[in-house]
Amino acid sequence: MASLHALANPARFLKLARPLTPALFWAGVVLIAIGAWAGLTQTPADYLQGETVRILYIHVPAAWLGMGGWSSIAMCSLAYLVWRHPLAMIAARAIVLPGAVFAALCLVTGSIWGRPTWGTWWEWDGRLTSMLLLLFVYLGFMALLRADADRGGDGRIPALYGLAGSVLLPIIRYSVVWWNTLHQGESIGLTRSSIDATMLWPLWFTLGGFSLFFASVVLMRMRTILAITKAEARMRRMAR
Amino acid sequence: MKAKQQRMMLAGLGLAAVAAAALLALSALKDQASFFYAPGDVQRQGLPLGRAVRLGGMVEDGSIKRQADGVSIHFVVGDGVARVPVSFRGIAPDLFRERSGVVAEGSFNPDGSFTATNLLAKHDEKYMPPQMAGKMHETTTLKE
Repeated sequence: MASLHALANPARFLKLARPLTPALFWAGVVLIAIGAWAGLTQTPADYLQGETVRILYIHVPAAWLGMGGWSSIAMCSLAYLVWRHPLAMIAARAIVLPGAVFAALCLVTGSIWGRPTWGTWWEWDGRLTSMLLLLFVYLGFMALLRADADRGGDGRIPALYGLAGSVLLPIIRYSVVWWNTLHQGESIGLTRSSIDATMLWPLWFTLGGFSLFFASVVLMRMRTILAITKAEARMRRMAR
Repeated sequence: MKAKQQRMMLAGLGLAAVAAAALLALSALKDQASFFYAPGDVQRQGLPLGRAVRLGGMVEDGSIKRQADGVSIHFVVGDGVARVPVSFRGIAPDLFRERSGVVAEGSFNPDGSFTATNLLAKHDEKYMPPQMAGKMHETTTLKE
């Protein structure tokens, strides 16, 4: 907690974020490149799905980051509501766009995989519907953040929304357990995986790579928001 | 009580309230939100006659019979509890196989058989290279 409080000072945060942004970005790009190369050329095709199985290497990271993005927004919202951490809502504002993009990417890649595998682009089953809801929750959060800023709000209403939206996460996670769904059950658990090891390993590279890339985008956006806030404050002073 | 702890309590209570509301809504949806009926569900609850439903389960081994006209297929869907004979006229997806998952859209007939208008292949959570397929192909996706 002490280290998080130290970051409450924007100058100290920026000093850390400035070198971290390119480091995370390039590390992410390298891991994604390795994962994509291996996933496209080095792994065997699936015995049933054939080559379409390879979409897994982007679909799974997209799903992970779409849901991980909202978990982060919920934690930021809690940090803002309880500790009034000054950077918390800036971080939530920075996360919402990449989070929504990855949630959309998850839906699109899943749809492209579903057509040859299931024989349909879209079905209203529990997993697909709850993931689509998460995308709508992201879009609603974007609109709410903007409306709150326009009215000079202090960010408390969006933070409440960010916290409440997190109830969707366990629903998405357990939708395939609670209901009969077209989407298959969980392939990767904490201790076991029903994806064969020869096909699984590039996934760790793309998962790690996209996560680092996501983090670098969030830092970039946080720095942009801080710079805009600073510039606006300076302009207001000059106008006086 | 300090203001910070008060806010933490409020946030926790709010979250618990929303989670409880979601849980109530979900338990009310328990039966409606399923994507398909399994043969065991039909045996337990009776035939959902007179409306379009989906039937899901495993295509039983050796049950696929293709008719001479080339587009009519008969097969049996089971889930380890009950079995339902299905007839279908049309083009089946590539992954429609025996001992593999299927979701059939259509309706039940009064005699307990099912007439499908569309077939969806259900893929399980197992991924493996072709040389390993074979005896490991048994799937556990359709539990219960």
